[in-house]
Formats: sequence, C-alpha cells, structure tokens
Amino acid sequence: MSRIGVFVCHCGENISRTVAVEKVAVAAREIPGVAFATDYKYMCSEPGQSLLKKAVADHRLDGLVVAACSPRMHEKTFRNAARATGLNPFLCEMANIREHCSWVHENREEATAKAADIVRMMVARVKKNRDLAAITVPVTKRALVIGGGIAGIQAALDIADAGHQVVLVEKEPSIGGHMAQLSETFPTLDCSQCIMTPKMVDVANHPNVTLYTYAEIENVEGYIGNFQITIRKKARSVDEAKCTGCGICSTKCPQKKIPNAFDRNLGTRPAIYTPFPQAVPNTPVIDRDNCTYFKTGKCGVCSKVCGPGAVDYEQQDELIVEPVGAIVAATGFQLYDIGPKPEGSPYKGYGEYGYGTLPDVIDGLTFERLASASGPTGGAIRRPSDGKEPKEVVFIQCVGSRAREKGISYCSKICCMYTAKHTMLFKHKVHDGQAYVFFMDARTPGKNYDEFWRRAVEEEDAVYVRGMVSRLYQKGDKVVVVGSDVLVGVRVEIEADLVVLATAVQAQKGADLLAQKLGISYDKDNFYSEAHAKLKPVECATAGIYLAGACQGPKDIPETVSQASAAAAKVMTLFSKDQMERDPMVARVRETTCVACFACRKVCPYGAVEHKEIRNRQGELIKVVASVNAGVCGGCGTCQATCPSKSVELDGYTDEQIFAMIEEL
Amino acid sequence: MHAEQVKHDFEPKIVAFVCTWCTYAGADLAGTSRLQYPSNVRIVKFPCTGRIDPVFILRAFQKGADGVLVSGCHPGDCHYMAGNYHARRRFSAFRKLLEFVGVDLDRLEFSWVSAAEGGKWVEMVTGLTERVREMGPMREFKDLENEEPWSGALDSPELEKAFQAIP
Repeated sequence: MSRIGVFVCHCGENISRTVAVEKVAVAAREIPGVAFATDYKYMCSEPGQSLLKKAVADHRLDGLVVAACSPRMHEKTFRNAARATGLNPFLCEMANIREHCSWVHENREEATAKAADIVRMMVARVKKNRDLAAITVPVTKRALVIGGGIAGIQAALDIADAGHQVVLVEKEPSIGGHMAQLSETFPTLDCSQCIMTPKMVDVANHPNVTLYTYAEIENVEGYIGNFQITIRKKARSVDEAKCTGCGICSTKCPQKKIPNAFDRNLGTRPAIYTPFPQAVPNTPVIDRDNCTYFKTGKCGVCSKVCGPGAVDYEQQDELIVEPVGAIVAATGFQLYDIGPKPEGSPYKGYGEYGYGTLPDVIDGLTFERLASASGPTGGAIRRPSDGKEPKEVVFIQCVGSRAREKGISYCSKICCMYTAKHTMLFKHKVHDGQAYVFFMDARTPGKNYDEFWRRAVEEEDAVYVRGMVSRLYQKGDKVVVVGSDVLVGVRVEIEADLVVLATAVQAQKGADLLAQKLGISYDKDNFYSEAHAKLKPVECATAGIYLAGACQGPKDIPETVSQASAAAAKVMTLFSKDQMERDPMVARVRETTCVACFACRKVCPYGAVEHKEIRNRQGELIKVVASVNAGVCGGCGTCQATCPSKSVELDGYTDEQIFAMIEEL
Repeated sequence: MHAEQVKHDFEPKIVAFVCTWCTYAGADLAGTSRLQYPSNVRIVKFPCTGRIDPVFILRAFQKGADGVLVSGCHPGDCHYMAGNYHARRRFSAFRKLLEFVGVDLDRLEFSWVSAAEGGKWVEMVTGLTERVREMGPMREFKDLENEEPWSGALDSPELEKAFQAIP
C-alpha cells in the first residue's frame, strides 16, 4: 500500500475563497493509500515547505500531491523540496486547483467537489509514478543570436565578453536594425548613430563573434545544450573576403533609381549598395531583382570597376550548419502597414488617413530619417511632396495601437515618447514652426520620461489636443486634419504642411514562421511568449531559448538593452556547467515485446529511434528491436500512442498513470 | 442498446485531454484572467496530443464521461514539431470508428487552443458542457460495462446450428 501525502494550499485566499480547502484535505484522507493530508495557507513558503518535509519524515511518505497552483508555476519548487527529503522528485505531482478551479468557478460547492476530484485523480497517478533519474547531457558552449539590432548586438556582446563563442545572424545586409535608422533618442536626445555604431563595430570585430549578415535561419534541430542550426547565407554577389569596402561599385552603378528602404523610400540607392554609410560589414550587396546585369545579362560595370575583383555574379546561397547550446531570439518589430487594407490581413488599415496616397502623410520612422543627420535631407525637415520646410506639423498618436476595431488591442508603448521627441526635434530645426499632437492618453512611465514629455508641452510649445482624427484630405498644398478635441467638445480642423502618424509596433514579418522553426510559442499578435509573465520574462517555455527586445512585445531602447543583457546572463548560467540535467521524460522500449515494426521511427520528430541488435553470447543475432536515444528524445510520446504492440513507454506519462487517472473520473 | 435518454437537468462529466504546452497553458491563462466556465471539466495533461491513445477516450466514456475534449497546439505550433499532425490523422480515423460503433460524435470535440487563447478554452469547455447537457447522459458504454460477461453458452439457434456443423 502506498503512503501518499496530500498538501492542500490556500494560496492566501486565492484558493480558499472558493474552495473549502479543509474539506478537500479531509476528503483526501479517505482515499486509499493516502497516509497524510493537511491544508496550509502558503505551501510554497518556507514554513509550508518545511511542513511538507517534516510530514515526509514523520509519516514515511512515498509519494506527494501538492494541491495548489499550476505545475507550470511551482512544480519545480515542490519537486526540489521532495528531493531534499530524499524522495525521488518525480514522485511529487501538483494538483492544479487554482488556475483550473478556484479562479474559474464561483460556486463554492462545485469548486470544492472539483478540487477533491482533481486531488483524487492526482493521487491515483502518483501511486503509479516511478523513480526517474535526471539525464545529463553535454552543453555546447556556443550561443546563437538571431537578429542584429540593438537587442541582438547587446546579447551577443555580453555573451562574447564572458568568453563564449557567439553566432550572430542578421537577415539584412548590415546589422543595426531599427536603432540605426533613428535620429536622436529619448529622453536624452543623444544621437542614435553615435551610441549605436560603436557597438556595431565592437560586435563585428569581437574575436568570439561569428557574424552572418544577409542570412536567415533555415532549420533548427536538437534541444537545450545541443542545437544544430542551419543558416542560409544568401548570395551577396560580392566576395566578403576580397571586398575592401571602397564603394566605387556603388558610385559607378548605372541603375540608381531604386527606392532606399533604409531611408523609408525617401531617397534612392543603386542596385549594388550598402544600406547606409556606417553599415557593418561595409560590404555591398547586389539587389538581384533590380540589377540590370541579372535582369538582362548586360552591364557588369561593378565587376569591371572593382579593383580586387570581389564582384561575383555566380555566387550561390550557402547553407552553414552551426552547433550551439543556447538561442537568443532578438528579431525585433515592424511598423503597422497603414495603407489600404491588404488582402487577407486581419488588420483593417487606415484608408481614411490617406497614407501612401497623400505624399505629405508619413509615419514616425520616416520622420526619424528626415531628422537624421545621415538621412536623405541631411537632417533638414523637408516635406516629401515639394521639398519645402513644413511650418505646421500634425502628429497623430495611436495609429493602429489600442484600436481593437483595427485589429490591434495593445499599446505600442514607445509612441507617446517618440512623438514628444519629434515635436522637440521639429522645434529645434524649424524655430517658427508649430507642432500639434492628437493623442488619447500620454503614457510616460520610465525614468525621466514624464519630465521629457512635460518639456515638450511646456517649453517647446507643442500643442496637445486630446482626441482622435477622423479624416485627412488634401486641399491645395495643405493636408487638412479633421479631428475632435474631446476635452473642449469641439471639432478641430488644422491645415497642416506635414502629418506624421505614430503607427503601431507589430511583430516582425515572418515571426510566426521562425517561432515554428524554433518550437516556441507566440501570442495572437505574433509576439513571442515568455515562460512566465513576471518571473521568467526572458525565457521561453522551450528550454534553451531566450528572448530579447521587441520580438516579445513593444519595447523602448533601455528596456530592450536590459532584456538583452538578462537573456545573455541566462545563457551564461547555462554555459557555466559542462553537463546539464534534463527532464527524464523520455521514451523507453520494452525489448521483449518489440517486434521491430519501426512504426515509432516513422512518427518520431527527433529521429531518436535507432535499430538495436540483440545477440546471444555466441554473437548470433537473435532479434532486432527499436531503441530510443535518450539524449535525442524530446519526450512527446507520439511513439507510444502509435506502437501497435504497446512496447514503447514514455516515462512520466505511462499508460498505467493515465489509466489510473481516468479510472478516478 | 440505446436506452431512452432522459433529457433533464443533469451535470455532465466532461474530460479534457490536453497537451501541456498549448491547451494546458491556455487553461491556465483562463485562470489568471479569471474567466468563468462550468466546473464539469476534469483535465488530464499530456506532453503532446501525439501521446493521446484513442483507447483513453474509450476508457473515459466507459468510466463515466459524457463528453470528451481533446485539444492541443495549432497546426504548425507543436512544441514537438509534428505531434499534433499525428494526432489529427489518428483522430480523424478514430472518429469514423466511433461513428460506426454508434457514438454520437457531438460528445467528442477536437480543437486547437493555444497558450494565448484562454477565451477560446472557455468557449470550448462551455460549449461542449452545454451541448452534452442537452444530449443527456452517455449510457452506451456504461451499460456495456455493467453487462454480464458472456457465459460461453450458445443460446441462439443459429449459433447452435453452426456449432453442430463443425465436424
């Protein structure tokens, strides 16, 4: 007979408010095999854990059920407590009576009955639990960082400085990301390029960093400590080893009329180009879609003028396999496309704002390029339609953000601050200009942020109008902004020279596809999900993968940098040991009944099933069976459900355990 | 075999077989968001829907479940890459079998609920509970369990005749 201990937690009042915890404990005592049952206010606290440890000793318990919160919250806590008593940690299970019971039901009687049921099912399960020994696997002490924006650069530098190898992959021809496009940064107004470019150079020159630009993640295999990453290095058409970065190819390229995406299409660039002058690496790339040579087979000017002969039209995409032990996803964001509603998109667009049809309606990032000293106007504010200096500029906040009817319900977090910054930059460059801002709320939490916003309003004379804009239309060379001032309760019309829309921050294009390759989860807006909103904000639920920056949700630069360093610290923790323990939830084959049909091999996503020959002492082959490589097995259990002879079992989720739970329904 | 079903107020037993990565986490989210749903559901956690053997569903019906919900990660989002695809194949064949046996498929729900879809979890559970409540208790399999096992007696004339024909 088992001697199970049941511990029912009040969780302060979180559970006891709707579940009669004492009754649950009393009911548990009646279950055959339960030797001890009690309830306590906070099981996870130090006294709670001591109570558990003492009970194990006093009552010689051989299995534990902690009826409390989700196992995703505290399973580790209680398994460690069990380990401290000398019990095998896998003999401890959590009965989730908080998230799955007390928080979702109001009727006290029903919730109590359900909690008692959940406890009974878990007791039945624990009776069938077996001792499991953690599996140790070696850790490859190299990290992969995906994304070369400020988040990726910071994470890569921190890990590399700690003495570990880092592979940094960036899909654009240069690292730098969005931060390299910004003019000045809030709340200090220091120049973005001045603080960004030294870091770009540092990371590229770091002896521990292998940098792949113009490259994407093709495939991810393996698990924590042992990932195999296939990287597709797209054909640059320029040999990086030979190129000196002199730039003569770009100067001589006859095709110069391609919109420059880095400058938000305000200027143009040649077909062979570096995205911006401070690009790292300073190696140009040929845009094959727009290059005359690739389109017609004629031209070849760049090849002719290139002294070192670095231009290589025959270059092919290259697949590189890198073994790494940890992954930091730092893929950043994109801006809400506010043009007409794209086909099939869940986002409704802002047709009424005329973006894309009215030339003097631009987005915030375009304004950054206008204000940037390295931008297409050299830092002078000029409107796109006629190049004149705008005097009246209207800024509209929350374009896309906090607009459920347009498809996005969240706040993009950075727009209040950067719009305040834009009004200042505008005032500093156009002294007789006037900035107007339409806003819903000014959200400025952060160190020195509210002071910054107040400066924009009180000292730089930005006029803040609380209300939304319903329509923009062209009238002569002006854009008429029709909105409302909800504080005064009047309709407002402003004839503006330039309108800047603070468009919402969205998950990076293709973020979902990359998440599927990595095996990490993402939310309804395609932002990557952290393992715990408060206590594990940089880890993914998938072990060995960490998050940095706006790929997890809208973030400003200080927050992004903090999270990148935090992710790096997590990676270094992982790399501090040569071997790591991983969950022993792996499949095992019962060799006596296995008939070697290898149905398990066909369904195994990890290729963990191998052939094993069983021989007698004379070395004669007796039979062939399937065998699971525990180091490779991910523990999904698909093999077990597939096996026709029921010869595979997933430890921790055996048929016995599951049936025991079902019997207690 | 089909006893006349009593359609009045009864509390159906609902069992949910869920994967730990998506739907279990989605049900957790429903909890942290304090969404409310009927308390009839009991959750059995699996690492992946790929681990769920159809026999579990049969056994659940036999042991008193009136409705069964199987839910995992959306296609493409499986933590184990492909477990949910295997589950989908397996259960589309299994549904046919159940239908053949005579189980009303309205008692069985397969769905994808991600870790971000606390609201969808509530909808699924509430929908199935209310539907099964309308349908009344599931008697078929329970009656089977209560039936006396076959004694070995050949009590039909046809069988008797066939038995006699064996040389």
